[in-house]
Amino acid sequence: MSELWKATASVENLRKRAEIFTQIRGFFAERDVLEVETPLMTTAAVSDPYIDTIECRYHPLPEQQGQTRYLQSSPEYAMKRLLASGSGAIYQICKAFRNGEYGKRHNPEFTMLEWYRPGFDHHRLMDEVEALVVPLLGLTSCQRISYGELFHQYLDIDPYSATAEELAVITREHIELEMDDDNRDNWLNLLMSHVIEPQLVDSGGVFVYDYPASQAALAKVMKNSAGQSVACRFELFVTGIELANGYFELTDAAEQARRFAQDIAQRQVEGLPVRPTDSLLVEALENGMPECAGVAMGLDRLVMLAQGTEQISDVIALPFGRA
Amino acid sequence: MCVNFAVASVHQIIIYFEIVMANYPSNQFKNGLKVMIEGDPCSMVDVEFVKPGKGQAFTRVKLKNLITGRSWERTFKSNETAEGADVMDTDMEYLYCDGEMWHFMDPQSFDQVAADKTAIGDAHQWLKEQDKCLVTLWNNNPISITPPNFVELEVTETDPGLKGDTAQGGSKPATLQSGAVVRVPLFIEQGDVLKIDTRSGDYVSRA
Repeated sequence: MSELWKATASVENLRKRAEIFTQIRGFFAERDVLEVETPLMTTAAVSDPYIDTIECRYHPLPEQQGQTRYLQSSPEYAMKRLLASGSGAIYQICKAFRNGEYGKRHNPEFTMLEWYRPGFDHHRLMDEVEALVVPLLGLTSCQRISYGELFHQYLDIDPYSATAEELAVITREHIELEMDDDNRDNWLNLLMSHVIEPQLVDSGGVFVYDYPASQAALAKVMKNSAGQSVACRFELFVTGIELANGYFELTDAAEQARRFAQDIAQRQVEGLPVRPTDSLLVEALENGMPECAGVAMGLDRLVMLAQGTEQISDVIALPFGRA
Repeated sequence: MCVNFAVASVHQIIIYFEIVMANYPSNQFKNGLKVMIEGDPCSMVDVEFVKPGKGQAFTRVKLKNLITGRSWERTFKSNETAEGADVMDTDMEYLYCDGEMWHFMDPQSFDQVAADKTAIGDAHQWLKEQDKCLVTLWNNNPISITPPNFVELEVTETDPGLKGDTAQGGSKPATLQSGAVVRVPLFIEQGDVLKIDTRSGDYVSRA
């Protein structure tokens, strides 16, 4: 008989999950960060070329032609509109949806914790992320290392200046795959996920900051001490698993519009779906969003790490295959 | 005309099979899937979806070459495909060895196949006539043989047994009817039938 009706997560893991959610809400209540909710069905889609949005249809009447809406892949755009509306510090725990992301550590519908801190930069936000996760995961502290130092240490290259050809040569020394690509970031991501992350397994919590400027996404770009342009972006890896991604947020509306246009151009070149970008976010930035830092954290993975499980289905009651 | 039609339809069936068998996109990869890599049939041992938050998706696969036994890792792009391999595991009965080839029979269809030295590998030392083995066929040819986990084989040669020495826990070599040499306790005698774990090659007990 099929067991598809049955929850994949144990009751023990579900209790732990609920407990962690309660602790997170307590953490933010104590720090006077406001819990908010933003729409899951939006009129604009994420611009990041490698995040594919799930579409749905809204029909005013069953027989009327529907309008396309997009299941949000992150509450970032909407929460920034709240910041520009004067919300002050905010956090949200919500579902996020991403097409095709299904595997041992991915569920196409997953739970995200996202928060924004006006007046913080990304280094101060790392302190706060650390204060949240260290007790939940039983860590003592987290290390911090720049993206540049990390690549020097594990691969002896400069990730800010190496050419796509140089990165391809190093990648092929470590990974067997058939790929030709003149996009440096695709090679860097492969080296990170296939070569560096597996070596962070015994390192506990590691913040990696100062990403290459080309991977800024929605972060400010600044010069590092060596004068190289770097993104004010960090990621937190715990035992080599990507857990959180944060920025010292871009507040420049014109630059935001330029980055949307750049993502759309890349989608066109690569034959990826082109969907409407969020003009309301650009308008919000034009009206003025406070200087702030923000971070998104995968809560299913946080529970996985807290429980020491290998599969995301151990902590999601009814994952995609049983939804 | 009739003959031509028959030929055409067989041809169509072959084409149909090629379409159905041919290619698996990387998002359908799963443990146990058999695919062709560089001309050899391979089995997927571990399949992992890899996708950084902002980066491209890949599928990282641990593969085992079913001919050479080599295991290694290979990464596939999300739009990459792999050609399916016509590999089948079948329970068959071991018949005999003619000195060069080992012969097996499907007990249902009575179809017989012959495995060469490469396909038989180390399995030959555990084979006893009429034992059931798992025969891996690629395009209907045997490429590997897995003996039962436990086999019962007679001792054909060993030093005389030392009765009363069972507590000492010593051991000695014994040659079995299949030709294998295993370490056995000192009390084992020629003619005893022993139970052997073929995965480790260890003596388990007297049968």
